[in-house]
Amino acid sequence: MSDDNPPMEAYRYPDGSITYPGHPVGPGGEEPVGTVDLSEYTATVLTWTTSTATPPGVRQPNTLAIVEFDVDGEPVRAIGQVTTEDVEIGDEVEPVYAEELREPGAGIREPESQEWDGYQFTPV
Amino acid sequence: MDRVAIIGASMTQFGQRDAWIRELLAEAGQAALADANVSPDEVEHLYVSNMASGEFEGQTGVPNALAHDLAAMPAYTARIDQTSSSGGAGVYAAWQSVASGASDMTMLVGGEKMTHRSTAEATDVIASLTHPAEYKHGVTLPSFAGLTARLYLDTYDAPRESLGKVAVKNHKNGLDNPHAQFRKEVDLDTVLDSPIVADPLRLYDFCPITDGSAALVFCPESVAREYTDDYAVISGIGGATDTHVVHERADPTTMGGVVNSSEIAYEMADLEPDDVDVAELHDMFTILEFLQSEDLGFFEKGEGWKAVEEGVTDRDGELPINTSGGLKSKGHPLGASGVAQVYEIYKQLIGDAGKRQVEADVGLACNVGGFGNCVTTTIMESR
Repeated sequence: MSDDNPPMEAYRYPDGSITYPGHPVGPGGEEPVGTVDLSEYTATVLTWTTSTATPPGVRQPNTLAIVEFDVDGEPVRAIGQVTTEDVEIGDEVEPVYAEELREPGAGIREPESQEWDGYQFTPV
Repeated sequence: MDRVAIIGASMTQFGQRDAWIRELLAEAGQAALADANVSPDEVEHLYVSNMASGEFEGQTGVPNALAHDLAAMPAYTARIDQTSSSGGAGVYAAWQSVASGASDMTMLVGGEKMTHRSTAEATDVIASLTHPAEYKHGVTLPSFAGLTARLYLDTYDAPRESLGKVAVKNHKNGLDNPHAQFRKEVDLDTVLDSPIVADPLRLYDFCPITDGSAALVFCPESVAREYTDDYAVISGIGGATDTHVVHERADPTTMGGVVNSSEIAYEMADLEPDDVDVAELHDMFTILEFLQSEDLGFFEKGEGWKAVEEGVTDRDGELPINTSGGLKSKGHPLGASGVAQVYEIYKQLIGDAGKRQVEADVGLACNVGGFGNCVTTTIMESR
Protein backbone atom coordinates (compact mmCIF):
# COMPACT_ATOMS: atom_id res chain seq x y z
CA MET A 1 0.00 0.00 0.00
CA SER A 2 1.10 3.56 -0.66
CA ASP A 3 1.90 5.65 2.41
CA ASP A 4 -0.57 8.21 1.04
CA ASN A 5 -3.52 5.83 1.22
CA PRO A 6 -5.72 5.68 4.31
CA PRO A 7 -5.56 2.43 6.31
CA MET A 8 -8.13 -0.36 5.97
CA GLU A 9 -8.93 0.13 9.60
CA ALA A 10 -10.37 -2.68 11.72
CA TYR A 11 -11.03 -2.38 15.45
CA ARG A 12 -9.52 -4.67 18.05
CA TYR A 13 -11.45 -5.32 21.30
CA PRO A 14 -10.30 -6.41 24.78
CA ASP A 15 -11.37 -10.04 24.22
CA GLY A 16 -9.00 -10.23 21.22
CA SER A 17 -11.73 -10.10 18.59
CA ILE A 18 -11.35 -7.83 15.58
CA THR A 19 -14.11 -6.45 13.35
CA TYR A 20 -14.17 -4.69 10.02
CA PRO A 21 -15.81 -2.25 10.01
CA GLY A 22 -15.31 -1.19 13.61
CA HIS A 23 -18.13 -0.60 16.06
CA PRO A 24 -18.41 1.56 19.20
CA VAL A 25 -18.86 -1.67 21.17
CA GLY A 26 -17.37 -5.03 20.15
CA PRO A 27 -18.89 -8.54 20.09
CA GLY A 28 -17.96 -9.04 23.75
CA GLY A 29 -19.71 -5.85 24.84
CA GLU A 30 -16.56 -3.78 25.36
CA GLU A 31 -15.19 -0.67 23.66
CA PRO A 32 -12.29 -1.06 21.21
CA VAL A 33 -8.75 -0.81 22.48
CA GLY A 34 -6.85 -0.46 19.22
CA THR A 35 -6.88 -0.68 15.44
CA VAL A 36 -5.39 -2.99 12.81
CA ASP A 37 -4.57 -1.97 9.24
CA LEU A 38 -5.86 -4.88 7.16
CA SER A 39 -4.24 -3.50 4.02
CA GLU A 40 -0.97 -4.97 5.32
CA TYR A 41 -2.41 -8.52 5.18
CA THR A 42 -3.68 -10.90 2.52
CA ALA A 43 -7.02 -12.71 2.79
CA THR A 44 -8.78 -15.85 1.54
CA VAL A 45 -11.99 -15.73 -0.52
CA LEU A 46 -14.83 -17.30 1.47
CA THR A 47 -17.44 -16.75 -1.26
CA TRP A 48 -18.09 -14.45 -4.20
CA THR A 49 -20.74 -13.33 -6.68
CA THR A 50 -20.97 -11.25 -9.80
CA SER A 51 -23.97 -8.96 -9.68
CA THR A 52 -25.38 -7.85 -13.02
CA ALA A 53 -28.34 -5.80 -11.74
CA THR A 54 -26.54 -2.98 -9.98
CA PRO A 55 -28.00 0.18 -8.45
CA PRO A 56 -27.32 3.70 -9.74
CA GLY A 57 -23.65 4.73 -9.60
CA VAL A 58 -22.33 1.17 -9.27
CA ARG A 59 -20.13 -0.50 -11.91
CA GLN A 60 -21.78 -3.23 -13.95
CA PRO A 61 -21.10 -6.08 -13.55
CA ASN A 62 -20.00 -5.86 -9.94
CA THR A 63 -17.99 -8.78 -8.61
CA LEU A 64 -18.02 -8.93 -4.82
CA ALA A 65 -16.40 -11.24 -2.32
CA ILE A 66 -16.50 -11.97 1.38
CA VAL A 67 -12.90 -12.59 2.40
CA GLU A 68 -11.26 -13.69 5.62
CA PHE A 69 -8.00 -12.26 6.97
CA ASP A 70 -5.84 -14.06 9.51
CA VAL A 71 -4.46 -11.42 11.87
CA ASP A 72 -2.04 -13.31 14.07
CA GLY A 73 -4.49 -16.18 14.45
CA GLU A 74 -7.60 -14.01 14.78
CA PRO A 75 -10.03 -14.33 11.83
CA VAL A 76 -11.41 -11.05 10.45
CA ARG A 77 -13.89 -10.90 7.60
CA ALA A 78 -14.57 -8.13 5.11
CA ILE A 79 -16.74 -7.62 2.04
CA GLY A 80 -15.67 -5.71 -1.03
CA GLN A 81 -15.41 -5.39 -4.76
CA VAL A 82 -13.03 -7.70 -6.60
CA THR A 83 -10.89 -6.28 -9.39
CA THR A 84 -11.59 -9.24 -11.69
CA GLU A 85 -14.40 -11.69 -12.45
CA ASP A 86 -11.79 -14.47 -12.44
CA VAL A 87 -12.02 -15.49 -8.81
CA GLU A 88 -12.76 -18.70 -6.91
CA ILE A 89 -13.49 -19.78 -3.34
CA GLY A 90 -10.16 -20.26 -1.56
CA ASP A 91 -8.20 -17.76 -3.69
CA GLU A 92 -5.70 -15.55 -1.89
CA VAL A 93 -6.34 -11.83 -2.42
CA GLU A 94 -4.83 -8.57 -1.25
CA PRO A 95 -6.50 -5.20 -0.65
CA VAL A 96 -5.88 -2.47 -3.24
CA TYR A 97 -6.97 1.11 -2.61
CA ALA A 98 -9.63 2.77 -4.82
CA GLU A 99 -10.43 6.47 -4.52
CA GLU A 100 -14.07 5.98 -5.51
CA LEU A 101 -15.85 2.64 -5.27
CA ARG A 102 -19.22 4.03 -6.28
CA GLU A 103 -20.40 7.39 -7.64
CA PRO A 104 -21.48 9.54 -4.67
CA GLY A 105 -24.90 11.07 -5.11
CA ALA A 106 -26.07 8.69 -7.84
CA GLY A 107 -27.94 6.52 -5.35
CA ILE A 108 -30.39 7.36 -2.59
CA ARG A 109 -27.82 7.94 0.15
CA GLU A 110 -26.63 11.48 0.90
CA PRO A 111 -23.13 11.93 -0.59
CA GLU A 112 -21.80 13.60 2.57
CA SER A 113 -23.18 10.93 4.90
CA GLN A 114 -20.37 8.46 4.32
CA GLU A 115 -17.00 7.87 2.63
CA TRP A 116 -16.85 6.44 -0.89
CA ASP A 117 -13.22 5.37 -1.11
CA GLY A 118 -11.96 2.04 0.17
CA TYR A 119 -10.28 -1.22 -0.64
CA GLN A 120 -11.02 -3.66 -3.41
CA PHE A 121 -9.54 -7.14 -3.48
CA THR A 122 -7.24 -8.47 -6.17
CA PRO A 123 -5.91 -12.02 -6.52
CA VAL A 124 -2.33 -12.44 -5.38
CA MET B 1 -54.53 -15.89 29.72
CA ASP B 2 -56.88 -14.79 26.95
CA ARG B 3 -55.19 -15.70 23.67
CA VAL B 4 -54.95 -13.26 20.77
CA ALA B 5 -57.24 -14.18 17.89
CA ILE B 6 -57.33 -13.13 14.26
CA ILE B 7 -60.95 -12.73 13.19
CA GLY B 8 -60.65 -11.21 9.72
CA ALA B 9 -58.15 -10.78 6.92
CA SER B 10 -57.74 -9.47 3.41
CA MET B 11 -55.18 -8.92 0.73
CA THR B 12 -55.35 -6.88 -2.44
CA GLN B 13 -54.25 -8.06 -5.83
CA PHE B 14 -50.44 -8.10 -5.77
CA GLY B 15 -48.56 -6.94 -8.85
CA GLN B 16 -48.31 -3.75 -10.86
CA ARG B 17 -51.11 -1.53 -9.61
CA ASP B 18 -52.25 1.95 -10.59
CA ALA B 19 -53.16 2.70 -6.96
CA TRP B 20 -50.74 4.59 -4.69
CA ILE B 21 -49.89 3.66 -1.11
CA ARG B 22 -52.83 5.42 0.55
CA GLU B 23 -55.30 3.75 -1.78
CA LEU B 24 -53.68 0.31 -1.43
CA LEU B 25 -53.79 0.48 2.37
CA ALA B 26 -57.39 1.64 2.40
CA GLU B 27 -58.44 -1.12 -0.01
CA ALA B 28 -57.01 -3.86 2.22
CA GLY B 29 -58.13 -2.23 5.46
CA GLN B 30 -61.71 -1.78 4.34
CA ALA B 31 -61.88 -5.38 3.11
CA ALA B 32 -60.45 -6.79 6.36
CA LEU B 33 -62.96 -4.89 8.49
CA ALA B 34 -65.77 -6.17 6.29
CA ASP B 35 -64.38 -9.71 6.53
CA ALA B 36 -64.31 -9.46 10.34
CA ASN B 37 -67.68 -7.73 10.50
CA VAL B 38 -66.06 -4.96 12.55
CA SER B 39 -67.01 -1.31 12.08
CA PRO B 40 -64.21 1.29 11.80
CA ASP B 41 -65.17 3.04 15.04
CA GLU B 42 -64.54 -0.20 16.95
CA VAL B 43 -60.83 -0.14 16.02
CA GLU B 44 -58.80 0.94 19.04
CA HIS B 45 -55.29 0.45 17.63
CA LEU B 46 -54.35 0.77 13.95
CA TYR B 47 -50.86 -0.21 12.79
CA VAL B 48 -49.39 0.25 9.34
CA SER B 49 -46.44 -1.90 8.24
CA ASN B 50 -44.52 -0.03 5.61
CA MET B 51 -40.83 0.24 4.82
CA ALA B 52 -40.40 3.23 2.59
CA SER B 53 -43.44 5.15 1.38
CA GLY B 54 -41.48 8.37 1.85
CA GLU B 55 -38.56 7.13 -0.24
CA PHE B 56 -40.66 5.42 -2.91
CA GLU B 57 -43.51 7.89 -3.25
CA GLY B 58 -42.91 10.97 -1.10
CA GLN B 59 -45.90 10.09 1.09
CA THR B 60 -45.31 9.98 4.83
CA GLY B 61 -47.80 9.92 7.70
CA VAL B 62 -49.60 6.90 6.27
CA PRO B 63 -51.16 5.60 9.53
CA ASN B 64 -53.05 8.84 10.10
CA ALA B 65 -54.04 8.97 6.42
CA LEU B 66 -55.42 5.45 6.68
CA ALA B 67 -57.31 6.16 9.91
CA HIS B 68 -59.02 9.11 8.21
CA ASP B 69 -59.75 7.23 4.98
CA LEU B 70 -61.38 4.40 6.98
CA ALA B 71 -63.09 6.71 9.49
CA ALA B 72 -61.25 4.86 12.25
CA MET B 73 -60.53 7.94 14.37
CA PRO B 74 -59.71 8.30 17.19
CA ALA B 75 -57.77 5.00 17.06
CA TYR B 76 -54.17 5.05 18.24
CA THR B 77 -51.96 4.72 15.15
CA ALA B 78 -48.31 3.90 14.46
CA ARG B 79 -46.16 3.01 11.48
CA ILE B 80 -44.01 -0.10 11.83
CA ASP B 81 -40.82 -0.08 9.75
CA GLN B 82 -38.49 -3.03 9.99
CA THR B 83 -37.51 -3.11 6.27
CA SER B 84 -38.73 -6.32 4.59
CA SER B 85 -39.92 -7.66 7.92
CA SER B 86 -42.14 -4.65 8.62
CA GLY B 87 -45.16 -6.92 8.21
CA GLY B 88 -43.96 -9.43 10.77
CA ALA B 89 -43.00 -6.65 13.14
CA GLY B 90 -46.50 -5.26 12.65
CA VAL B 91 -48.00 -8.63 13.58
CA TYR B 92 -45.85 -8.52 16.71
CA ALA B 93 -47.03 -4.98 17.55
CA ALA B 94 -50.68 -5.88 16.94
CA TRP B 95 -50.37 -9.07 19.03
CA GLN B 96 -48.68 -7.08 21.79
CA SER B 97 -51.39 -4.43 21.78
CA VAL B 98 -54.09 -7.04 22.40
CA ALA B 99 -52.09 -9.39 24.65
CA SER B 100 -51.16 -6.46 26.92
CA GLY B 101 -54.78 -5.44 27.30
CA ALA B 102 -54.15 -2.04 25.72
CA SER B 103 -56.59 -2.75 22.88
CA ASP B 104 -59.58 -5.02 22.42
CA MET B 105 -59.72 -4.44 18.66
CA THR B 106 -56.57 -3.88 16.61
CA MET B 107 -56.11 -3.71 12.87
CA LEU B 108 -52.82 -4.14 11.05
CA VAL B 109 -52.47 -3.07 7.43
CA GLY B 110 -49.21 -3.65 5.55
CA GLY B 111 -48.46 -2.21 2.15
CA GLU B 112 -45.91 -0.90 -0.30
CA LYS B 113 -46.02 0.87 -3.65
CA MET B 114 -42.86 0.10 -5.65
CA THR B 115 -43.41 -0.61 -9.34
CA HIS B 116 -43.35 3.02 -10.50
CA ARG B 117 -39.61 2.93 -9.74
CA SER B 118 -37.07 1.27 -12.03
CA THR B 119 -35.54 -2.00 -10.83
CA ALA B 120 -32.25 -0.19 -10.19
CA GLU B 121 -33.94 2.53 -8.12
CA ALA B 122 -36.04 0.06 -6.11
CA THR B 123 -32.95 -2.10 -5.50
CA ASP B 124 -31.14 0.97 -4.20
CA VAL B 125 -33.96 1.98 -1.85
CA ILE B 126 -33.87 -1.52 -0.37
CA ALA B 127 -30.05 -1.60 -0.29
CA SER B 128 -30.06 1.62 1.72
CA LEU B 129 -30.56 -0.58 4.79
CA THR B 130 -26.95 -1.79 4.46
CA HIS B 131 -23.95 -0.57 6.46
CA PRO B 132 -21.92 2.21 4.76
CA ALA B 133 -19.01 -0.26 4.46
CA GLU B 134 -21.31 -2.46 2.35
CA TYR B 135 -23.25 0.24 0.50
CA LYS B 136 -20.18 1.95 -0.98
CA HIS B 137 -19.17 -1.32 -2.66
CA GLY B 138 -22.58 -1.53 -4.35
CA VAL B 139 -23.70 -4.42 -2.16
CA THR B 140 -27.41 -5.19 -2.66
CA LEU B 141 -29.76 -7.74 -1.16
CA PRO B 142 -29.57 -9.86 -4.34
CA SER B 143 -25.77 -9.85 -4.11
CA PHE B 144 -25.97 -11.13 -0.51
CA ALA B 145 -28.15 -13.92 -1.88
CA GLY B 146 -25.59 -14.77 -4.57
CA LEU B 147 -22.74 -14.81 -2.05
CA THR B 148 -24.69 -17.02 0.35
CA ALA B 149 -26.02 -19.37 -2.31
CA ARG B 150 -22.51 -20.06 -3.61
CA LEU B 151 -21.25 -20.77 -0.10
CA TYR B 152 -24.26 -23.01 0.69
CA LEU B 153 -23.92 -25.07 -2.49
CA ASP B 154 -20.18 -25.43 -1.89
CA THR B 155 -20.43 -26.24 1.82
CA TYR B 156 -23.27 -28.75 1.64
CA ASP B 157 -22.54 -30.19 -1.80
CA ALA B 158 -26.03 -29.22 -2.96
CA PRO B 159 -26.85 -29.18 -6.67
CA ARG B 160 -27.68 -25.85 -8.33
CA GLU B 161 -30.89 -27.45 -9.59
CA SER B 162 -32.25 -27.72 -6.03
CA LEU B 163 -32.54 -23.93 -5.83
CA GLY B 164 -34.38 -23.89 -9.13
CA LYS B 165 -36.85 -26.42 -7.76
CA VAL B 166 -37.87 -23.94 -5.04
CA ALA B 167 -38.90 -21.52 -7.78
CA VAL B 168 -40.72 -24.25 -9.71
CA LYS B 169 -42.63 -25.35 -6.57
CA ASN B 170 -43.64 -21.87 -5.49
CA HIS B 171 -44.74 -20.81 -8.96
CA LYS B 172 -46.88 -23.94 -9.11
CA ASN B 173 -48.48 -23.00 -5.78
CA GLY B 174 -49.04 -19.41 -6.92
CA LEU B 175 -51.08 -20.66 -9.82
CA ASP B 176 -53.97 -21.24 -7.38
CA ASN B 177 -53.63 -17.92 -5.56
CA PRO B 178 -55.96 -15.36 -7.17
CA HIS B 179 -54.01 -12.51 -5.55
CA ALA B 180 -50.56 -13.61 -6.77
CA GLN B 181 -48.51 -11.42 -9.07
CA PHE B 182 -47.43 -14.39 -11.19
CA ARG B 183 -49.98 -17.11 -11.82
CA LYS B 184 -47.73 -18.95 -14.20
CA GLU B 185 -45.87 -22.22 -13.86
CA VAL B 186 -42.19 -22.29 -14.77
CA ASP B 187 -40.13 -25.39 -15.51
CA LEU B 188 -36.64 -26.06 -14.23
CA ASP B 189 -34.98 -25.38 -17.57
CA THR B 190 -36.59 -21.93 -17.70
CA VAL B 191 -35.24 -21.13 -14.23
CA LEU B 192 -31.76 -22.44 -15.00
CA ASP B 193 -31.58 -20.69 -18.39
CA SER B 194 -32.84 -17.31 -17.17
CA PRO B 195 -30.38 -14.37 -17.08
CA ILE B 196 -27.80 -14.23 -14.29
CA VAL B 197 -28.60 -11.60 -11.66
CA ALA B 198 -26.13 -12.50 -8.90
CA ASP B 199 -24.09 -15.52 -9.89
CA PRO B 200 -24.96 -18.39 -9.28
CA LEU B 201 -28.52 -17.05 -8.93
CA ARG B 202 -30.63 -16.17 -11.93
CA LEU B 203 -33.73 -14.10 -12.59
CA TYR B 204 -36.18 -16.81 -11.52
CA ASP B 205 -34.38 -17.22 -8.19
CA PHE B 206 -35.64 -13.74 -7.21
CA CYS B 207 -39.00 -12.35 -6.20
CA PRO B 208 -40.44 -9.52 -8.30
CA ILE B 209 -40.96 -5.86 -7.41
CA THR B 210 -44.57 -5.53 -6.34
CA ASP B 211 -47.38 -3.19 -5.29
CA GLY B 212 -49.90 -4.50 -2.81
CA SER B 213 -51.42 -4.51 0.63
CA ALA B 214 -52.77 -6.99 3.19
CA ALA B 215 -54.63 -6.57 6.47
CA LEU B 216 -55.52 -8.50 9.63
CA VAL B 217 -57.96 -7.85 12.49
CA PHE B 218 -56.92 -8.91 16.02
CA CYS B 219 -58.82 -9.15 19.31
CA PRO B 220 -58.84 -11.24 22.51
CA GLU B 221 -60.21 -14.76 21.98
CA SER B 222 -63.06 -14.00 24.39
CA VAL B 223 -64.10 -11.11 22.14
CA ALA B 224 -63.58 -13.11 18.93
CA ARG B 225 -66.46 -15.43 19.80
CA GLU B 226 -68.82 -12.45 19.65
CA TYR B 227 -67.94 -11.95 15.98
CA THR B 228 -67.27 -15.34 14.44
CA ASP B 229 -66.70 -19.05 14.91
CA ASP B 230 -63.98 -18.98 12.25
CA TYR B 231 -60.89 -17.56 13.81
CA ALA B 232 -57.29 -18.58 14.44
CA VAL B 233 -55.11 -17.78 17.43
CA ILE B 234 -51.51 -16.69 17.74
CA SER B 235 -50.02 -19.22 20.13
CA GLY B 236 -46.41 -18.12 19.86
CA ILE B 237 -44.50 -15.17 18.46
CA GLY B 238 -40.88 -14.12 18.63
CA GLY B 239 -38.74 -11.35 17.19
CA ALA B 240 -34.95 -11.20 16.97
CA THR B 241 -32.09 -9.41 15.23
CA ASP B 242 -28.76 -10.50 13.80
CA THR B 243 -25.71 -8.41 12.86
CA HIS B 244 -26.19 -5.36 10.64
CA VAL B 245 -22.92 -6.17 8.87
CA VAL B 246 -23.72 -9.50 7.26
CA HIS B 247 -20.15 -10.81 6.84
CA GLU B 248 -19.58 -10.59 10.61
CA ARG B 249 -21.82 -13.61 11.23
CA ALA B 250 -19.97 -16.72 12.36
CA ASP B 251 -21.74 -18.88 9.77
CA PRO B 252 -23.08 -16.93 6.77
CA THR B 253 -25.42 -19.83 5.95
CA THR B 254 -27.19 -19.55 9.30
CA MET B 255 -29.68 -16.79 10.07
CA GLY B 256 -29.38 -16.19 13.79
CA GLY B 257 -32.51 -14.06 13.80
CA VAL B 258 -34.52 -16.99 12.49
CA VAL B 259 -33.04 -19.37 15.06
CA ASN B 260 -33.62 -17.01 17.98
CA SER B 261 -37.07 -15.72 17.02
CA SER B 262 -38.36 -19.25 16.40
CA GLU B 263 -37.01 -20.54 19.70
CA ILE B 264 -39.01 -17.83 21.46
CA ALA B 265 -42.13 -18.62 19.43
CA TYR B 266 -41.89 -22.39 19.93
CA GLU B 267 -41.44 -21.97 23.68
CA MET B 268 -44.40 -19.59 23.95
CA ALA B 269 -46.59 -21.96 21.95
CA ASP B 270 -45.22 -25.04 23.74
CA LEU B 271 -44.71 -26.63 20.35
CA GLU B 272 -41.83 -28.20 18.42
CA PRO B 273 -40.87 -27.81 14.75
CA ASP B 274 -42.38 -31.25 14.09
CA ASP B 275 -45.78 -29.93 15.21
CA VAL B 276 -45.98 -27.44 12.34
CA ASP B 277 -48.33 -28.52 9.54
CA VAL B 278 -47.83 -25.65 7.07
CA ALA B 279 -45.38 -22.78 6.79
CA GLU B 280 -44.93 -19.52 4.91
CA LEU B 281 -41.24 -18.65 4.60
CA HIS B 282 -39.61 -15.48 3.29
CA ASP B 283 -38.42 -16.71 -0.12
CA MET B 284 -37.34 -13.31 -1.39
CA PHE B 285 -34.57 -15.41 -2.97
CA THR B 286 -34.74 -19.20 -3.44
CA ILE B 287 -31.74 -19.75 -1.15
CA LEU B 288 -33.66 -18.19 1.74
CA GLU B 289 -36.19 -21.03 1.76
CA PHE B 290 -33.35 -23.50 2.44
CA LEU B 291 -31.82 -21.37 5.18
CA GLN B 292 -35.09 -20.73 7.01
CA SER B 293 -36.35 -24.30 6.74
CA GLU B 294 -33.15 -25.39 8.48
CA ASP B 295 -32.89 -22.55 11.00
CA LEU B 296 -36.53 -23.07 12.03
CA GLY B 297 -35.63 -26.66 12.89
CA PHE B 298 -37.68 -28.34 10.17
CA PHE B 299 -34.57 -29.99 8.70
CA GLU B 300 -30.97 -30.53 9.76
CA LYS B 301 -28.40 -27.93 8.73
CA GLY B 302 -27.44 -28.48 5.12
CA GLU B 303 -30.41 -30.78 4.48
CA GLY B 304 -33.08 -28.25 3.47
CA TRP B 305 -32.26 -28.69 -0.21
CA LYS B 306 -32.91 -32.44 0.03
CA ALA B 307 -36.42 -31.81 1.38
CA VAL B 308 -37.24 -29.79 -1.72
CA GLU B 309 -35.72 -32.43 -4.00
CA GLU B 310 -37.79 -35.15 -2.29
CA GLY B 311 -41.08 -33.21 -2.46
CA VAL B 312 -41.41 -32.92 1.32
CA THR B 313 -42.27 -29.22 1.00
CA ASP B 314 -44.71 -29.62 -1.89
CA ARG B 315 -48.36 -28.77 -1.27
CA ASP B 316 -49.12 -32.47 -0.93
CA GLY B 317 -45.89 -33.19 0.97
CA GLU B 318 -45.30 -33.80 4.67
CA LEU B 319 -44.62 -30.11 5.34
CA PRO B 320 -46.10 -27.80 2.71
CA ILE B 321 -44.03 -24.61 2.46
CA ASN B 322 -45.32 -21.47 0.75
CA THR B 323 -48.72 -22.72 -0.34
CA SER B 324 -49.49 -19.09 -1.25
CA GLY B 325 -46.77 -19.14 -3.89
CA GLY B 326 -44.44 -17.37 -1.50
CA LEU B 327 -42.83 -14.03 -2.20
CA LYS B 328 -41.39 -15.66 -5.30
CA SER B 329 -44.70 -16.04 -7.10
CA LYS B 330 -47.14 -14.00 -5.04
CA GLY B 331 -44.87 -10.93 -5.07
CA HIS B 332 -43.09 -8.92 -2.39
CA PRO B 333 -44.58 -5.52 -1.57
CA LEU B 334 -42.15 -5.03 1.31
CA GLY B 335 -44.40 -3.88 4.16
CA ALA B 336 -47.24 -6.15 3.08
CA SER B 337 -45.34 -9.43 2.80
CA GLY B 338 -45.23 -10.42 6.48
CA VAL B 339 -48.92 -9.59 6.79
CA ALA B 340 -49.76 -11.60 3.68
CA GLN B 341 -47.82 -14.58 5.08
CA VAL B 342 -50.07 -14.58 8.16
CA TYR B 343 -53.10 -14.07 5.89
CA GLU B 344 -52.23 -17.35 4.13
CA ILE B 345 -51.73 -19.25 7.40
CA TYR B 346 -55.00 -17.81 8.75
CA LYS B 347 -56.83 -18.96 5.61
CA GLN B 348 -55.29 -22.43 5.90
CA LEU B 349 -56.25 -22.75 9.57
CA ILE B 350 -59.88 -21.70 9.13
CA GLY B 351 -60.21 -23.95 6.07
CA ASP B 352 -60.73 -21.15 3.57
CA ALA B 353 -57.69 -21.53 1.32
CA GLY B 354 -59.60 -22.87 -1.68
CA LYS B 355 -57.49 -24.95 -4.06
CA ARG B 356 -54.46 -24.27 -1.89
CA GLN B 357 -56.04 -25.88 1.17
CA VAL B 358 -53.96 -28.39 3.11
CA GLU B 359 -54.71 -30.24 6.35
CA ALA B 360 -53.39 -27.99 9.08
CA ASP B 361 -53.98 -27.25 12.74
CA VAL B 362 -50.66 -25.46 13.32
CA GLY B 363 -49.07 -22.96 10.94
CA LEU B 364 -45.90 -20.87 11.03
CA ALA B 365 -44.90 -17.65 9.26
CA CYS B 366 -41.31 -16.43 9.15
CA ASN B 367 -40.77 -12.88 7.93
CA VAL B 368 -37.19 -11.71 7.31
CA GLY B 369 -35.86 -8.16 7.01
CA GLY B 370 -32.59 -7.24 5.35
CA PHE B 371 -30.60 -10.43 4.82
CA GLY B 372 -31.75 -11.99 8.08
CA ASN B 373 -31.05 -8.76 9.98
CA CYS B 374 -34.48 -8.67 11.66
CA VAL B 375 -36.91 -11.57 11.90
CA THR B 376 -40.38 -12.26 13.27
CA THR B 377 -41.64 -15.84 13.61
CA THR B 378 -45.35 -16.32 14.27
CA ILE B 379 -47.00 -19.62 15.20
CA MET B 380 -50.75 -19.88 14.82
CA GLU B 381 -53.29 -22.56 15.66
CA SER B 382 -56.83 -23.25 14.63
CA ARG B 383 -59.37 -22.51 17.38
